[in-house]
Amino acid sequence: MSIVFKDVSKTYLHKGKEINALRLTNLTINAGEIFGLIGFSGAGKSTLLRLINLLEAPSSGTIHVGDDEVTALNQKDLRVKRQKIGMIFQQFNLIESKTVADNIAFVLRAAKYPKAEIDGRIDELLELVGLSEKKTVFPKNLSGGQKQRVGIARALANNPDVLLSDEATSALDPETTKTILNLLKRINKELGITIVVITHEMEVIKELAERVGVMSNGEIIEMDDVYKIFSEPSHEVTKGFVQDIYDFQIPPHIVQAEDNKIITIKFLQESAEESYLNKLYREFDLSISILNGRIEYINGIPLGILMLQVTGDPSEIDRLIRNITETPGIERAEIYE
Amino acid sequence: MNSLTNLGPLLYQAFLETTLMVSISIFFAVLIGLPLGVLLFVTQHHLLFKVKPLNQVLGALVNVIRSFPFIILIVAIMPFATWLVNASHGPVFASVALSIAAVPLFARLVESSFNSIHSGVIEASIAGGAPLYMIVTDVLIPEAKKGLIQAITLTIITIIAFSATAGVVGGGGIGDLAIRYGYYRYDTLTMAVTVILLIIIVQLVQLIGDFLSRREEGK
Repeated sequence: MSIVFKDVSKTYLHKGKEINALRLTNLTINAGEIFGLIGFSGAGKSTLLRLINLLEAPSSGTIHVGDDEVTALNQKDLRVKRQKIGMIFQQFNLIESKTVADNIAFVLRAAKYPKAEIDGRIDELLELVGLSEKKTVFPKNLSGGQKQRVGIARALANNPDVLLSDEATSALDPETTKTILNLLKRINKELGITIVVITHEMEVIKELAERVGVMSNGEIIEMDDVYKIFSEPSHEVTKGFVQDIYDFQIPPHIVQAEDNKIITIKFLQESAEESYLNKLYREFDLSISILNGRIEYINGIPLGILMLQVTGDPSEIDRLIRNITETPGIERAEIYE
Repeated sequence: MNSLTNLGPLLYQAFLETTLMVSISIFFAVLIGLPLGVLLFVTQHHLLFKVKPLNQVLGALVNVIRSFPFIILIVAIMPFATWLVNASHGPVFASVALSIAAVPLFARLVESSFNSIHSGVIEASIAGGAPLYMIVTDVLIPEAKKGLIQAITLTIITIIAFSATAGVVGGGGIGDLAIRYGYYRYDTLTMAVTVILLIIIVQLVQLIGDFLSRREEGK
């Protein structure tokens, strides 16, 4: 189910001062995609997410989820609509006084799910998130990852069309994060649920999202395919978020000179796997040594970064630099040095 | 009165009166105070049932009643209490004033127990499309159960303390015995025995309350 923001903004008063939590925003999240929003805390991503299920009301504009304009629904219809918009949270937000099964039963009962089928539905959901043996356990006896699985089972209980993820892996260790992200990916694929993820970790975006919006100061400042954002970040904030994969230090003992240059190149898409380096060795009369390099796979597409030290005749070095610029799929990438 | 044998029956009678007053009052404190506490909480919560004017009126009402010194409250509501229980003295009569004093106290304690619930749980329930009544019965009350048990404990102990004043309207009870015999008649033995009895009762109530609330925590 698609999500469409039309001229949406959110301002609120804080100690007499007007705060622009979300500046005028137009946004379409496509049905079935995994859309990521990244930004530092206070960037407005959490506000944007909460506008989708109207946990916060917009100051202006309209929001559609599927065919429904959620901003126009009355209280009762909104409640029913929310049952079709699952949400998971950083702190899991389970009812501590209820068992795993009762936590899920709660939202099923809220949606007037047929009483006789509730138990079977709970088994089905726990099976999906791989937590069948924890049915009668209280949340305090679960690990963080297990709690989030319960959170996911609860969010999916009423067969939602949309799943909102509010920093769902930020409280988890890297290993658990990976398994939760894989679970979300599987849910998206198998159930066709549109997923909106907010996070401050680029790793989560890289692993999970197909498209990403970068938020800063209540605005989406850049929005594109995740690969595009990683390979060609244009805004400073975006560069900051993706810099980890470009983050090569020049070894301190290396001194650059006319006849001794450090060149970082970026291989896009298929070229990342081609033997471009071989060609350089063959066609240029230069001494080329590799200082650093890595290939990242983003949505399965490779993005390679290679830091080279080239020594030789300055005019030959210039020829090499020209060749880099002229070869499609290969670019200079000295943005972080 | 200078022997425990003489004191025995009086003490027993007073104990029954106190028990009666406390039972009636805590019953009404919970019966009316719990919904009132729920109302106080949900009417100020932006995700639940925010109605600021209602919240302010209820809040003011609660504060006004809680501001009354208990002895003045007893006297002030005498006509009402007489009409309600068709009597003008005795423990049941005193229970009217005790209940009126206990309801707002308990309501505030309920409200503050709810305030200590992690707000994310409420948010998650709203996001799950749960109706208000289900949030009250399935989230607020169970999640605050420990705090609610402590609130009941505290309210009972406060009622016991207030009930000493109930003597003014012939309410009787242990506290009244302590004042009438122990204090006014300089009867040290009665004074000591009644005070010790009160201490034991309060300790016992607190102990039971702590036990029950700890049991909740263990879950």
